[in-house]
Amino acid sequence: MLKHMLTGALFAGVLAGLFAALLQYFLVQPLIVLSERYESGELVHFAGVAGAEAAHDHDHDHDAADAAAATDATAEPAAEGSEAHSHHHDEASGETPPLTRNMLTIGFLALVYVGYGLLLVAGFAVAAQFGIQVTARQGLLWGLAGFAAFQLAPAIGLAPELPGTPAADLTARQIWWVGTAIATAGGLALIGYGRSLIAVVAGAILLALPHVIGAPEPAAFGGVVPPELAASFAARALAVGLASWALLGWLAGRFWSQDEAST
Amino acid sequence: MHGMKVAPSGVTARRDTMTTSTSLSAAKSGSALMAILFVTVLGASSVFLTGLAQSQTLHDAAHDVRHTTGFPCH
Repeated sequence: MLKHMLTGALFAGVLAGLFAALLQYFLVQPLIVLSERYESGELVHFAGVAGAEAAHDHDHDHDAADAAAATDATAEPAAEGSEAHSHHHDEASGETPPLTRNMLTIGFLALVYVGYGLLLVAGFAVAAQFGIQVTARQGLLWGLAGFAAFQLAPAIGLAPELPGTPAADLTARQIWWVGTAIATAGGLALIGYGRSLIAVVAGAILLALPHVIGAPEPAAFGGVVPPELAASFAARALAVGLASWALLGWLAGRFWSQDEAST
Repeated sequence: MHGMKVAPSGVTARRDTMTTSTSLSAAKSGSALMAILFVTVLGASSVFLTGLAQSQTLHDAAHDVRHTTGFPCH
């Protein structure tokens, strides 16, 4: 049984991780790299330069006017945010060669999706102890629930953030993140498989609890990255997560049901 | 969870636990429990290493993944 669990999770996790890496490379990575040019100060939000290409479209008067407006608009938040900001700066990853950096991303995406896959399969095995047989179709639902637990619900309080975004204390955010993931997974399991009204109500309470408590929030807003960029990043990060988790759940359920049939 | 599963009066247990559990031998469910625990710890460790460990080296290496998968970063 252990071997079946491990091989199924490994195959499903690696495939889903590679799929996530492909999506990340085309949809998300360009936004991260662009945001780091704002974080390093190479590009300045409100200076009339939205990106390298956009700079060419601006005429001179326009640029000057934008820059003048920018000094007023950014002076205050920049001063406020700068203190909280300095330690957010990430020199190391900015200096890593792109190839090494992308290889590390592929490797760690495979690792984290194998981790998610192992947790899913452990859940399948618990379900089997209760006589519930998980197939590819049910695995897809488990994958969507996993996405909700590990990405969507934590994103309600802690939106996926680009480099250069101020945030509250790291440890406090990690505690809230882990608590939210566990509460959401437990809540969905109770609603999905609970047979009594009490189980469903308890599940709903578990789903709501982290957001009633609330996530740790930064003392002040002072991001250097344009909001358009941050919004696009958050939406795409969640979309990549949804697609990859759906594939992971389906594959894990498929391998799991094959394993069960052959033993 | 384990206690619920091997409850001696399985037939009179609440409806949601009354499944095939009574047909499982104690030995089989014992090894299944160990396998589930092992896989859970392994999976949680992988997720922790990638997303949550506050080591500078790990943080830098997994940096982009942490941002995209929505882990708290920095």
